[in-house]
Amino acid sequence: MTNQTLAQLLAQQPYAADFFKQNKLDISGFEQLTPAEYLAHFSPEELEDRALEPERLLADLALYLEQMRDFLGLDEQQPLRTLTILPGRDKAGQAEDFERLTLHTSEIVSIVGPTGSGKSRLLADIEWAAQGDTPTGRRILINDAPPDPQWRYSSRHKLVAQLSQNMNFVMDLTVQGFLQLHAESRLHPDPAAVTREIMTAANRLAGEAFALDTPVTSLSGGQSRALMIADTAILSASPIVLIDEIENAGIDRKRALELLVAQDKIVLMATHDPLLALMANRRLVINNGGICQVLTTSPAEKAKLGQLQQLDAVIAAARQQLRRGQRLS
Amino acid sequence: MNLTIVSGPPSSGKTAVILKTIAALKSRGVKVGVVKFDCLYTDDDKAYAEAGVPVQKGLSGALCPDHFFASNIEEIVRWGKQSELDLLITESAGLCNRCSPYLKQVKGVCVIDNLSGINTPRKIGPLLKSADLVVITKGDIVSQAEREVFAARVSSVNPRALILPVNGLTGQGAYELSTLLYNPDLQVETVQGMQLRFPMPAALCSYCLGETRIGQAFQLGNVKKMDLGEPEA
Repeated sequence: MTNQTLAQLLAQQPYAADFFKQNKLDISGFEQLTPAEYLAHFSPEELEDRALEPERLLADLALYLEQMRDFLGLDEQQPLRTLTILPGRDKAGQAEDFERLTLHTSEIVSIVGPTGSGKSRLLADIEWAAQGDTPTGRRILINDAPPDPQWRYSSRHKLVAQLSQNMNFVMDLTVQGFLQLHAESRLHPDPAAVTREIMTAANRLAGEAFALDTPVTSLSGGQSRALMIADTAILSASPIVLIDEIENAGIDRKRALELLVAQDKIVLMATHDPLLALMANRRLVINNGGICQVLTTSPAEKAKLGQLQQLDAVIAAARQQLRRGQRLS
Repeated sequence: MNLTIVSGPPSSGKTAVILKTIAALKSRGVKVGVVKFDCLYTDDDKAYAEAGVPVQKGLSGALCPDHFFASNIEEIVRWGKQSELDLLITESAGLCNRCSPYLKQVKGVCVIDNLSGINTPRKIGPLLKSADLVVITKGDIVSQAEREVFAARVSSVNPRALILPVNGLTGQGAYELSTLLYNPDLQVETVQGMQLRFPMPAALCSYCLGETRIGQAFQLGNVKKMDLGEPEA
């Protein structure tokens, strides 16, 4: 790398441009220099003024390029097929009552239990790929083996993506700008195509359609959630998605879950909404910091789900009538 | 004694993160003390005291808080040793985003929050760029995409750092952070003779010395002028 000119470097590894941009280094006009020559053109006053350390920047550039190459390569090399939780203990030190819990891609598992029962800790154990080194003593296996430390330490390869009702968009961007930015940070080869794909998916989930030029901060609650879910399903690198409730209004929750599992995600969903909890084939019951039961949704419960969905449809239809200004009949 | 220097912009969640991390360390029998640096005002020392954490407070007043830090860290480390701490954490808020209090050979942690905006990693200098560990807070209230973009940008300006999301409210990630902060094999006896990772910016113009009058005639020392170019019309 040290002998390459900036022009050669950018031609071979275009993502290097972002390193220079984020470090506020304007390289235009210097393309025929090597990175070291470029940094050497700054006077000592400029270096001090801009708080730059050329040696450190060169080392950081090499590291950044290596991380990006790994990041691009990993996408194909290591698909996650299974996530296994090996039991630990609850807050009282009691061993958890299951042997080995293996979740597969495209599986939905719900998590139920009172507030403070340990749902966050379970999620943190998965996110950190715990190896008996957290308060619960649980161990996490990926594809039946102890996970590669990259799941723990890489900033671009997080095991878990999270969606919750409290999450908002805070960027001052349109939907298009927002998706474009996310696609670029993920080094997506075709940001325009993936933006269209996410828009189509999000509008299928949202009760009311929104456009690409809508500012993300003016989306309704349901539209925001729809966009977050579609974006997480299609563009997030994380193979596991943890959902902390999905609001009832303005979003098709069944389709939302279908979208996530269609993207080969493992979906863990903390919820007390029977419609969602029963959509999962299994549910984990958490109490006092430990998983105390693993229940498989029974045929009777699935039948119950059908009834509940009918009720839900009645309420949804009434809501739609209200929105249109009609009288409820 | 272990020493960790925690820094970050004001209101990024440093105190909340440190308190949750100390709770995790305490459960493992590690004795932690904190020194809180601030400029004009803080009552975070009360929050530490309430949590039973030995705490000292330093207000820099008219001085740059980072310069104040550098002038006091030696005595503070002595205090920590005398208090028989296993881990001493210093907490300071960067004010102008140009100074950074990190020392070579001492773990430096930068706390920044997702709400500060995706251009923030670009705006913060050595405070972020030379940290060993970057803790990103307030991830529970922004979207997954914004968290990913923010972390990617932090990684672009500091590819060496380990990036850890921590939730200062629920404590999610704090246990994990605690395992990275305390290492019984790492002992700091004194910081005398250690070096700052990055020099603090040159100052000492007439305004540093109390000048209040505006105008070229009153400007002495290290004075820098903006380049405004030629008037357009």
